[in-house]
Amino acid sequence: MGSLKLNSIHKSFGSVDVLHDIDLQVPDGEFVVFVGPSGCGKSTLLRIIAGLETTSSGTIEIDGNIVNAQSPTERGIAMVFQTYALYPHLTVRDNMSLGLKQAKFPKAEIAERVNMATTMLSLEDYLDRRPAELSGGQRQRVAIGRAVVREPTLFLFDEPLSNLDAALRVNTRLEIARLHDELKSTMIYVTHDQTEAMTLADRIVVLNQGRVAQVGAPMELYNNPANMFVAGFIGSPKMNFINASDVGSSKAATIGVRPEHLSIDTKKGDWKGSVTHVEHLGADTNIYVNCESAGPLTVRLFGEHSYETGQMIFATPQANKVIEFGADEATLQ
Amino acid sequence: MLQNSQMKGRARTLAAHAILITYTIIALFPVIVIVINSFKTRNAIFRSPLSPPNSETFSLVGYETVWNQGDFVLYFQNSLIVTIMSLALVLLFGAMAAFALSEYRFRGNSLMGLYLALGIMIPIRLGTVSILQIMVASGLVNTLTALILVYTAQGLPLAVFILSEFMRGISDDLKNAGRIDGLSEYRIFGRLVLPLIRPALATVAVFTMIPIWNDLWFPLILAPAEETKTVTLGAQIFIGQFVTNWNAVLSSLSLAIVPVLILYLIFSKQLIRGITSGAVK
Ligand SMILES: Nc1ncnc2c1ncn2[C@@H]1O[C@H](COP(=O)(O)OP(=O)(O)O)[C@@H](O)[C@H]1O
Ligand SMILES: [Mg+2]
Repeated sequence: MGSLKLNSIHKSFGSVDVLHDIDLQVPDGEFVVFVGPSGCGKSTLLRIIAGLETTSSGTIEIDGNIVNAQSPTERGIAMVFQTYALYPHLTVRDNMSLGLKQAKFPKAEIAERVNMATTMLSLEDYLDRRPAELSGGQRQRVAIGRAVVREPTLFLFDEPLSNLDAALRVNTRLEIARLHDELKSTMIYVTHDQTEAMTLADRIVVLNQGRVAQVGAPMELYNNPANMFVAGFIGSPKMNFINASDVGSSKAATIGVRPEHLSIDTKKGDWKGSVTHVEHLGADTNIYVNCESAGPLTVRLFGEHSYETGQMIFATPQANKVIEFGADEATLQ
Repeated sequence: MLQNSQMKGRARTLAAHAILITYTIIALFPVIVIVINSFKTRNAIFRSPLSPPNSETFSLVGYETVWNQGDFVLYFQNSLIVTIMSLALVLLFGAMAAFALSEYRFRGNSLMGLYLALGIMIPIRLGTVSILQIMVASGLVNTLTALILVYTAQGLPLAVFILSEFMRGISDDLKNAGRIDGLSEYRIFGRLVLPLIRPALATVAVFTMIPIWNDLWFPLILAPAEETKTVTLGAQIFIGQFVTNWNAVLSSLSLAIVPVLILYLIFSKQLIRGITSGAVK
């Protein structure tokens, strides 16, 4: 069991409002990712769920019980931190078992749970080492193991991959996905990286300046963003935004086209412009174009293409892939 | 080229060592003079104060005087009790105050920090008269407790200041991980935070301990009685208005160096880590 419900959570530090009116419902077993730019309040929201921070107003329910007044331990959550936060003076084994020892679990059960977690995370060889003797990836696996042994109702992750290098990040991401498949527990995961959000989440909560910008499944956010912020945040390279009046569109203030939904032709098309830069990524080619009417655009083409800087080309959006935004930045239906 | 730069490097090392050795000699000179003269006869001390004792001039008369002169063992004991007790209280209360200041948000937090740090700038001796009045009123004159209380107050400002700076440097995540694992705030303080600031504790310990051990002012004013004399005060009996027993003075001073030296050696390994921790990490 591990359902979570947030009712109009509000948080301010002194006179600074950090979170405004956050409502959210997470059913048991779901993998929810909070994503948003740095400083938008993701960690604060996660710490409020954990019980490490108080709310200014609003309630937190876990499994239907209001837990505002409960300590992190009473809430039955476990948390994995960006900086690993392993106890430097304890061995891997003791790091993992400290929480259970505090809760006065019998020795045999502690050993069994630690065993299970070490096997799951392939940490058998490191049990007697201290954190200083481990690599970053191993440390983060220990931190995950420390969360697993507690068999929590809720797993909370605060940017667990940010301190790892690119290759390890992918591996650990897969490991976390596998963990969710095996344990089927509710997981809440914070990141500023939209790739992590898209690949891991059942549902994504996009936060912007302390407000929920949109909640939805990854592809829903990609295909039907609720506003310009979500449209720009999800997807890489970023969506192109074009001033609607510049291209003679009707009711919208701004129109958005994803780089992968633009095609290029040397002879004819909607928007004429010159190539300013070309990036070859192997599988993709990113072409930066400065258009006469539409302004600077990014075009993502699949495969290898050879365009020269300064070359005149025409960019054309796919007809049904153009998204229109009103003057208030919300998507027009 | 390569040789040239190597030469330059070596010259630089030599220069650095020359400076450091000079400094060491200057710093150690008075101590060495005290120690070598404490082993010489009175005449030899005055005839050639800088020469080490030889078979002719060697004499333990100073140490004998100190040993026979009543209560030097008691004085040492008093000094040690006062220093160690004050040190323990300064470290304990200093660390606790620093933890509260660095860890919890409450109204007046920074004001409180400023207030506690104010004592670094205001010498406690300015309050000697009031302190004496308080001690008289509470009947603590001529007790070691009086000295311990005063030295604790004297050491706390710097301790709170240094320790709270160090504690701010400890990652919040680590403390939060402890909270999630169900550690109480006391265990987070004792088991997670204190071990991590051990170098800072050692630094504070050394800077607190030495002025206490060497102090003459407060023992003279608050606890001059025979049974509460400290070593520095005890050594004064050999300094007379007309005659000074230099053998005894030098011997007692040499002896007084030993305990601080031992305490210093205990802390020094940690201290060096504390001083270099910012640079290396
Ligand atoms: N303890 C605190 N005191 C004051 N302001 C804070 C505190 N913690 C966070 N904030 C502020 O709240 C905002 C959100 O922070 P945070 O939740 O850490 O953002 P994120 O994790 O999304 O990068 C930031 O502007 C930050 O400065
Ligand atoms: Mg954060």
